[in-house]
Amino acid sequence: MSAAMDTESTYSGYSHYSGHSKKAHRQGRDRHKSPRSKDGTRSEKSVTIQTPPAEPLLGNDASQAEEGQDDNWGETTTAITGTSEHSISQEDIARISKDLEDSVGLDCKRYLGLTVAAVLGLLVFLTPIAFILLPQILWRDDLEPCGTVCEGLFISVAFKLLILLIGTWALFFRQPKADIPRVFVFRALLLVLIFLFVFSYWLFYGVRILDTKDTNYQGIVQYAVSLVDALLFIHYLAIVLLELRQLQPMFTVKVVRSTDGESRYYSLGHLSIQRAALVVLENYYKDFEVYNPALLTASKSRAAKHMAGLKVYNVDGPGNNASGQSRAMIAAAAHRRDSSHNELYYEEADHERRVKKRRARLVVAVEEAFTHIKRLQAEEQQKAPGEMMDPREAAQAIFPSMARALQKYLRTTRQQQYHSMESILQHLSFCITNNMTPKAFLERYLNPGPTLQYDRDRWFSKQWTLISEEAVTSGLQDGIVFVLKCLDFSLVVNVKKIPFIKLSEEFIDPKSHKFVLRLQSETSV
Amino acid sequence: PVITTLSYFIIFFQQRIEIHKLRQGDNLILGFSIGGGIDQDPTQNPFSEDKTDKGIYVTRVTEGGPAEVAGLQIGDKIMQVNGWDMTMVTHDQARKRLTKRNEEVVRLLVTRQSLQKAVQQSMMS
Repeated sequence: MSAAMDTESTYSGYSHYSGHSKKAHRQGRDRHKSPRSKDGTRSEKSVTIQTPPAEPLLGNDASQAEEGQDDNWGETTTAITGTSEHSISQEDIARISKDLEDSVGLDCKRYLGLTVAAVLGLLVFLTPIAFILLPQILWRDDLEPCGTVCEGLFISVAFKLLILLIGTWALFFRQPKADIPRVFVFRALLLVLIFLFVFSYWLFYGVRILDTKDTNYQGIVQYAVSLVDALLFIHYLAIVLLELRQLQPMFTVKVVRSTDGESRYYSLGHLSIQRAALVVLENYYKDFEVYNPALLTASKSRAAKHMAGLKVYNVDGPGNNASGQSRAMIAAAAHRRDSSHNELYYEEADHERRVKKRRARLVVAVEEAFTHIKRLQAEEQQKAPGEMMDPREAAQAIFPSMARALQKYLRTTRQQQYHSMESILQHLSFCITNNMTPKAFLERYLNPGPTLQYDRDRWFSKQWTLISEEAVTSGLQDGIVFVLKCLDFSLVVNVKKIPFIKLSEEFIDPKSHKFVLRLQSETSV
Repeated sequence: PVITTLSYFIIFFQQRIEIHKLRQGDNLILGFSIGGGIDQDPTQNPFSEDKTDKGIYVTRVTEGGPAEVAGLQIGDKIMQVNGWDMTMVTHDQARKRLTKRNEEVVRLLVTRQSLQKAVQQSMMS
């Protein structure tokens, strides 16, 4: 798994004209491919998806810092393999060192790819203009005069090129959202198509027009117009293949987080596995509750206690039969009558009660604190200039009265590491500025929110690995399972096809709604 | 022999009850309430075993009233009143037949589920 494989496959907005860069680096990728396939610890292919910080890529030094993250990736990789059940083999070490090398090279490759793409895009865009201008420059005197027809065609070429420019800008010039492991199949296809297309046009032009110095200028201009038309059609094809095809939902995807079982369902269209993984991750950050390792300790301690009371003594002499020992332990633990379910029940009930009590105290404290603040109207602002405070000062003034209750509540619900005092003060001044009620201020603290709500360095999930038994560029099918793994937990994704729905109609005449009265009276006699 | 056997069983299914009306002021009362009738909804009858049965049922018996004294029980189905058939009458017709001002005694033919069940069980065994 490496960051290097995503060299040419930046999920990039830069035009679809970057086919050349992809082809040039394809050899580089193949060169690295073979040692990776020798990796014997896992039979599935594992590749990396990495979410960079949201910054524009071109001409920005901040992306250097992101590449710096890639450099530290080596250490992170070590941590991952260190927690797996296999120890680090020689191959792992070799892979790690190769990752370090590649991640440094990634920088140059990405920028190279972008510049080549930009240059190619410009070339393709200027081709029709060149087709029109070259005869004028080279053999102007021999050209047949071509009056209104040609001028009309010039106008149409100009507008079509403008439309093409706007369309390409709208569709493709977007910030790359993520680095994905393999190249986009459809993008590659389109780039190859464009390249072949423009190449064949130039070939024809060079042979039949430049060499023979054709004098029929109208024909040449019409040839250029046909090129622009064809480019517009390729743009249409690009829209349909890249954007429209996956809009219609075909699959329902169930995403389950491995640590606490939180699950969600999403609808997807025809996507490749890597793109589906991207969609799932984008939704993960806003839908799933933030991963809180502090909440998992309880079940682990229970599990530990379950086996703790048993010890195995080997009376038959040395002979370390490990599997026999563990089976004996499991059997003994099953037979032992333990009351851990009781403990769990009472502990949970107790915890609930405590949380509710603390919550009540917190709500009251915050409501009381908010009553001390009043917004000054514009006229009043002139009258009492001495006491005026800006939101930050107001927040600092009322914070001490609620600080303790808030701190206690966060401790009870184990959220205290997600909120620093500074962040609470900031949120408080934000709420005061926007006239929010105490309840609106508290909604952030009462329940854990999605990962996006919190500070970046509290996220436990930034670099993801896609583990899949199928090739990641193959499309989604019914029954596919893939796993998105990050350092602390993983998301297991299960794909199911939306069933074929048979819908039939039935007509009900509005006049057919008739009713009778049905009674059951009781009479005393 | 079949007819006699049938009549033998009919006597057991049904019971004859004679109620003497009580005078209360200007009215003669019997001391029970009826429900049912061909113009009513048979599915709402809690006492009938067959929910399409539109017969007249006793829904309430006042304590110490003439009906209770005579042995009428709640849930009884009234088949005849003084010889008049009550199985296919409307609710109002039933009420009228029971509350005729010139009659002081009404003789009812009722059938009871407990009776029916006991006979059915003994027939099956």
